[in-house]
Amino acid sequence: MSSNAITLPGTQIQARPWVDELHQWLTTVDHKRLGILYILSALLFLAIGGVEALIIRIQLMHSHNNFVSPEVFNRMFTMHGTTMIFFVAMPVLFGFANYLVPLMIGARDMAFPRLNAFSFWLSFLGGLLLYFSFLGGSGLYGAGSAPDVGWWSYAPLGARAFSPGHSSDYWTLAVLVSGFGSIGTAINIIATILCLRCPGMKLNRMPLLVWMNLVMAGMVLFAVTPLSAAQIMLLIDRYLGGHFFDTQAGGSAVLWMHFFWIFGHPEVYILIIPCFAFMSEIIPVFSRKPIFGYPVMVAATVCIAFVSMSVWAHHMFTIGMNSYANSFFTLTTMAVGVPTGIKIFNWIGTMWGGRIQFKTPMLFSIGFLFQFLIAGLTGIMIAASPFDWQLSLSYFVVAHFHYVIVGGILFALFAAFYYWYPKMTGRMLSERLGKWHFWLFLIGFHLTFDVMHIPGILGMPRRIYTYEPGRGWDTLNLIITIGAFIQALAILVFLANLVISYFKGDRAGNDPWDAWTLEWSISSPPPAYNFATVPTVASRRPLWDLKHPEDPDSRYE
Amino acid sequence: MSILKKSSTVRFLAQTIFLLLCSAMTVWASGPKDPSPHGTNIFAPASTPAKSIADLSVLVLVITGIIFVVVFVLLVYSVVKFRGRAKDAGREPAQVYGSTQIELAWTIIPILIVVVLFLATARVIHAIQDAPEPAGAVQVTVIGHQYWWEFRYPKLGIVTANELHIPVSDPGHPTPTFLQLLSADTDHSFWVPELAGKTDLIPNHPNRMWMDPQRTGIFLGQCAQYCGTQHAKMLLRVSVDGPQDFAVWVRAQQGPAVEDAGAIAGRRVFESNACMNCHAVAGTAADGRFGPDLTHLMSRVTIAAGAAKNTHDNLRLWIQDPSAIKPGSLMPAMKLSDTDLDAVVSYMETLR
Ligand code: HEC
Ligand SMILES: [Cu+2]
Ligand SMILES: [Cu+2]
Repeated sequence: MSSNAITLPGTQIQARPWVDELHQWLTTVDHKRLGILYILSALLFLAIGGVEALIIRIQLMHSHNNFVSPEVFNRMFTMHGTTMIFFVAMPVLFGFANYLVPLMIGARDMAFPRLNAFSFWLSFLGGLLLYFSFLGGSGLYGAGSAPDVGWWSYAPLGARAFSPGHSSDYWTLAVLVSGFGSIGTAINIIATILCLRCPGMKLNRMPLLVWMNLVMAGMVLFAVTPLSAAQIMLLIDRYLGGHFFDTQAGGSAVLWMHFFWIFGHPEVYILIIPCFAFMSEIIPVFSRKPIFGYPVMVAATVCIAFVSMSVWAHHMFTIGMNSYANSFFTLTTMAVGVPTGIKIFNWIGTMWGGRIQFKTPMLFSIGFLFQFLIAGLTGIMIAASPFDWQLSLSYFVVAHFHYVIVGGILFALFAAFYYWYPKMTGRMLSERLGKWHFWLFLIGFHLTFDVMHIPGILGMPRRIYTYEPGRGWDTLNLIITIGAFIQALAILVFLANLVISYFKGDRAGNDPWDAWTLEWSISSPPPAYNFATVPTVASRRPLWDLKHPEDPDSRYE
Repeated sequence: MSILKKSSTVRFLAQTIFLLLCSAMTVWASGPKDPSPHGTNIFAPASTPAKSIADLSVLVLVITGIIFVVVFVLLVYSVVKFRGRAKDAGREPAQVYGSTQIELAWTIIPILIVVVLFLATARVIHAIQDAPEPAGAVQVTVIGHQYWWEFRYPKLGIVTANELHIPVSDPGHPTPTFLQLLSADTDHSFWVPELAGKTDLIPNHPNRMWMDPQRTGIFLGQCAQYCGTQHAKMLLRVSVDGPQDFAVWVRAQQGPAVEDAGAIAGRRVFESNACMNCHAVAGTAADGRFGPDLTHLMSRVTIAAGAAKNTHDNLRLWIQDPSAIKPGSLMPAMKLSDTDLDAVVSYMETLR
């Protein structure tokens, strides 16, 4: 495979002064640079959100601890949740989508490059707004600084009566502004995929990553819009005397819950589907086999998208819905397990009969499969609404969704980092540090989140800044905290790896993994225009066809 | 109930798979423990709703446990069996694209499992939520306040706080307790794990739950829905009394406050400060409803929603500066002089 990059005489630019370089980055509309900006901003917020998590964990290390005051603790979990969902998970996944989707469909950029830049800066501004609350949140009332209403800000806690000052306003605006960014990106991804595919790339030849990002973007449109609407209604309540959620004037607390979770549940899938996408690219390459059951994978994804739109009230089993509603949402929630299970089986089917190479991306992928399986099964438990009447709002649920978000999403993201970093930078990440990262993180993760299920079963509610001794929660919480620090250590190894490898890593070449999708046909990092000549594809694995002209995929599809 | 009946036979098996793990951790974790109150373990149910939930949970645990073992074995097997070996470097394995039969199998089997789980669950939902309220039921209105619980027994004419007393329920003559759940401010959630699942207290949205404890004793719990700064110290104590004890308690609570001439100075302090605007003492001018009813304060074992034991020193500290015990609580420090403070504490201590 030779590079398609063209070097025109005179385009070789001298090293620019750094201000120039910075200016280029800040004003860029290139999908690759924006992708990297998304990823870098997510890493920044990941570090902040991680520190917040550690503060939470130190405080809960033993009963009646006084490391932080209740006010600070409540701010920490609110900021941790909001940061991790809106300013880490979504941006980093949008970053990868931005970077990879055009490359994988043989396009030269996203459909709307300026909208792309606008969306990124909105999302970043949202993050800044959220953190500005530490300075500006007291307003004239001196009431708290950062928001302390929880990441779902249940009514009426977010109403003016219970949250005076401006801390909740910063929360609302941050979520609203970044939400507009998400909607812009979603529109962009959909338009790009529908309109900019290279010749020969029919819908049923798109890499699964592209398919799944298409579905994800569709879900963003459906899920983030109601959230934005709710934030605007909350602002109307807070500033224009509206009473949507103001229970003291007859408003409805339950209405807010519906709005929030009709966003909140699909959100889980908005985050996990791009991770399914990473798995569906990485597992085949390291198993040396095509994905098992491509059409079924696509169908299962679309099916998940639809069903997951009708499960939101499983977050509300304890609010006193009638028995029919509880049964309905139990059924729909359990039903999502079916297409999700199909996916797990298809990934195992892909490995079956393959020649698995245990490079770091594959290690993280196997970790993902294992943990996502458990997360799915604990999900079935809390889908059974009576079981949830016990487990909801307890540490069991906290353990469950961290199993999804850390054990699933973050593991998949690490796999993606190790897999595509060479393409983005031209350098390989160190395998040695990668293995340290993997094993440390795996141990820390299981120490923390396996154990965390138990205090939930023993009656420990979430969001408490302290607890009584003698409930059997002390030792468990200590173990959980130790695990959190091991995870933090692993993250430091990861960040070190990102930095060191950028300067010292092995040269990647175009195609270090001997992979099959279009991004590996061009140089690493790719030139600004991506493809010198727009490629033409005849199957789902264009590079396989090139490498094996005697036995191309196009013969079977 | 057939599925559930059968599940009680597999119950033993299941508890060895999952609970042993948990309980072993717990026993080892808890160390020496206050022996009097029951714990908060959802798998030690003492009342019908909690018990049918625990039974359902065991069924769900067994089924998900089996799924886990099967998939886990498949995963480990494929990782170990199909690991790349040095000898076949450079050669690609057979390229397999899929198989309709296999896909059908792993679609249909999960669907069947979902159907079974759903039916078992729907039964329990119906049994708990749609249970009719028998004539002999005790009714309690629970009102959630920021960081404390108000309990009103409309039929018995009792108002109290934080420590709920209910009668034990003999399966032969059930005397279940039905709670109506209201909120005065933000959302809360009533959770006493060994008696029932939790139900939220939401303003403008009355809810209902019930329990029929079959053992006497103290059952612990706490507010489960984040309600503000001191959500952590909004604890719950449910005292399940034998029929005799319950009758005695009811009679004591129904009376007005004890008049004690010795505490007249303290009473004057109470009634000439804002105390009486926030607290009620039946039979006196104090009729505030913002804070807990203090008519029978001394019949309670704890103060400030379980944040402290009800002792002389704690009471004094609390009245002097509530934030020393519960920072963020909505009772202000009243800045009383030492003599006033001592007087009002002695008054409090006459409110038996
Ligand atoms: C602004 C209203 C307010 C005023 C004034 C006030 N309290 Fe309170 N009080 C409360 C609230 C609210 C609580 C419950 C706090 C909690 O548990 O978080 C409480 C709790 C108590 C308790 C504990 C009751 C229990 O069963 O847990 C006592 C005793 C008490 N107050 C005594 C006093 C006395 C004596 C005064 C006057 C010196 C006083 N309070 C003034 C609001 C008030
Ligand atoms: Cu959900
Ligand atoms: Cu609470």
